[in-house]
Amino acid sequence: MAGKVNRLSPFNITALALGMAFLYLPIVILVIYSFNASRLVTVWGGWSLRWYYEFFNDRAMLDAAWMSLRVAAVSATIATLLGTLAAVGLVRGERFRGRSLLSGMLYAPLVMPEVISGLSLLLLFVALNAERGFWTVTIAHTTLTMCFVTVVVQSRLASLDRSLEEAAMDLGCDPVQAFLSVTLPLIIPAIAAGWMLAFTLSLDDVVIASFTTGPGSSTLPIRIYSEVRLGVKPEINAICTMVIVLIAVVIVIASLASKLSSSKAESAAPL
Amino acid sequence: MSARRIFAQPARYAAIAPYVWMVLFFLVPFGFVLKISLSQTAIAQPPYVPVFDFAEGWAAIKAAFAQLSLDNFRLLVSDNLYISSYLRSLVVAVTSTLILLLIGYPIAYGMARLPQRWQAIAMMLVIVPFWTSFLIRIYAWINILQHDGLLNKVLLALHLVSSPVVWLSTDTAMYIGIVYSYLPFMILPLYATLARMDPSLLEAASDLGASPGRAFWLVTFPLSLPGVGAGALLCFIPIVGEFVIPDLLAGSGSMMIGQTLWLEFFTNKDWPVAAAAAVALLMLLVPPLLLYDRLQRRQLGGAG
Repeated sequence: MAGKVNRLSPFNITALALGMAFLYLPIVILVIYSFNASRLVTVWGGWSLRWYYEFFNDRAMLDAAWMSLRVAAVSATIATLLGTLAAVGLVRGERFRGRSLLSGMLYAPLVMPEVISGLSLLLLFVALNAERGFWTVTIAHTTLTMCFVTVVVQSRLASLDRSLEEAAMDLGCDPVQAFLSVTLPLIIPAIAAGWMLAFTLSLDDVVIASFTTGPGSSTLPIRIYSEVRLGVKPEINAICTMVIVLIAVVIVIASLASKLSSSKAESAAPL
Repeated sequence: MSARRIFAQPARYAAIAPYVWMVLFFLVPFGFVLKISLSQTAIAQPPYVPVFDFAEGWAAIKAAFAQLSLDNFRLLVSDNLYISSYLRSLVVAVTSTLILLLIGYPIAYGMARLPQRWQAIAMMLVIVPFWTSFLIRIYAWINILQHDGLLNKVLLALHLVSSPVVWLSTDTAMYIGIVYSYLPFMILPLYATLARMDPSLLEAASDLGASPGRAFWLVTFPLSLPGVGAGALLCFIPIVGEFVIPDLLAGSGSMMIGQTLWLEFFTNKDWPVAAAAAVALLMLLVPPLLLYDRLQRRQLGGAG
C-alpha cells in the first residue's frame, strides 16, 4: 500500500525533468558558447579557446579576479571562525541574555535585501573614515557570509548526540577538551561546507561589493556587471565558465572531504 | 546533568566574538542609516550634513541632533517616483512569489516522492545552481533571451513565431530571471516539509476512500503550509529589494525600490534620500521578517 501511495506518477517525473532542465540548460548553453570562435555571441563559429586567451591578456579583468579570490578566501575564513563560534554558542550555550538578539542578527542578513546591507555598511565606513578597498569589502562579506556558516554548522550541531560529549566529560575531559576532541571532528564536514558556501557567496556578490569598495579596487563580479550592462561580450562567457569550473571543483572537494570525514567519524565512533 | 551545566559555560563565551562582530557591522550601521536619513543633502564629501564629529564632544553632537530633519521622508511620500517604485516592488515580489510557488511546488513534491537514495541527489542538484554565481546565471539568460538569441532561434525554427520576439528588457525577462534565481529558495523549504510528512497519513486517506487528488488537497497540501509560508517569505523579502535582475533584464520604464535607491545613491549622489529610502524599505520588510522568524522558530521547535 505504501508503495502505491508513494509511487512516482508521470506528473511527478515530468515536473522533476522540466525543473532540472530549467535549472541547468542556461548554464550548459553558456559553457558551450564560451568555446565559440565567433565574435558574435549568437553565431556559432566553431570550437575555439579564443575568449580564454583574451581573458588572460585582460589586465583589468585579471586584477579584479585576483582581488575577488583574495577577498573570498580571507572573508570565508574569518566568517567560518565566527560563524562556527556563533553556532556553538547558540546550540550548546544555555540561554544567555541577548541570545535572541544574536540569533535575530544572524538570521536577518540571510533574507534582507543586499542594497540595505551594502548601503548601511558603506555609511558606517564613511563615518569611521575608513579607506575603502580590500578590507572594507572583506569585512562586509564576512558579515554577510558568517550568517550562512552559522546556519549550516548550527543544524549539524543540533542534530548531534550530546551524550557523546557528556561521555567524554565523564571520562575526565574538560568541556573545551570534549568539544575539541569529540564534537569538532564530527562537525568538520559542516564547517568545511560553511567555508565553501561563504567563499562562493563572496565570489558572487555585486551589490555589497559595489557599495563597500573604493575606486581602483573592483572585484570580478563588479567588472562583469559593468561589462554586461554595456552589452554581451564573448569574453564574459569564458570568464563565467571558469568561475563555474572553479566552484564545481570546490563543491567536489567539499563533498569528497565530507564523505571521507563522515565515514571516518562513523568508524571512529561506534557508540 | 551537571556535565551539561558545566559545558554551558564555555559554550556561552564562544558567542562573544560573533556577537561583537554583528553588533559592530550589522546593528550599528543601521544607526548610521537612520541618522543620515535625517540629515540634509550637501555637495561635499560625504555628501550630507550634519556630520558627527565625536572629537568635538557632547555639545557638537547636541548641535548636530538639532539639525536633523524629516525632510527626506517628506520627499519620499510626496514624490510619485518613490511611491510608484514601492508599489512596483510589491507587485513584482508578489507576482514572482506566486509563480515560484506554482513552479516550485510540483518539483519539491516530485523530489519528496523519489526513493530515499535519489532524494539526496535531487537535493544536491537543486542546491548546485545556488552555488553557481547568480550573476552568471542572469548573464546566461541574457545570452538566451537577446534578439538573435537561442530562444528566438528555436521559436523561429519551430515556426511558432514568424519574426523574432523582443524578450530582453521586458517584464517577462525580469520574471524569468527572478524565478530562475530564487527557485532553489522556494524548493528547499517546501521539500523539507513534504519529505518529513508521514506517508501513512496518505495511506489512511486512501483507505478511507479518498482519491489521490482529494488526499492531496485535504492532507498533503494543508500539512505543507509551513513550508509554503517559509518558501514564500524566503523569496518575497529579498525580491522586494532586488536590484541586479531588474536592472539587467527589465526595461528602463518603471523601477523597483532597490533600483531607485541605487540610482539616488550612485547617480544622484543624494545619500540622505537614499538612506531614507532604505529605512522605508526596511519598515516595509519588518512584518514579513518577523513572520519568517516565527515560522522558523516553530519549525525548529517542532523538530527538536
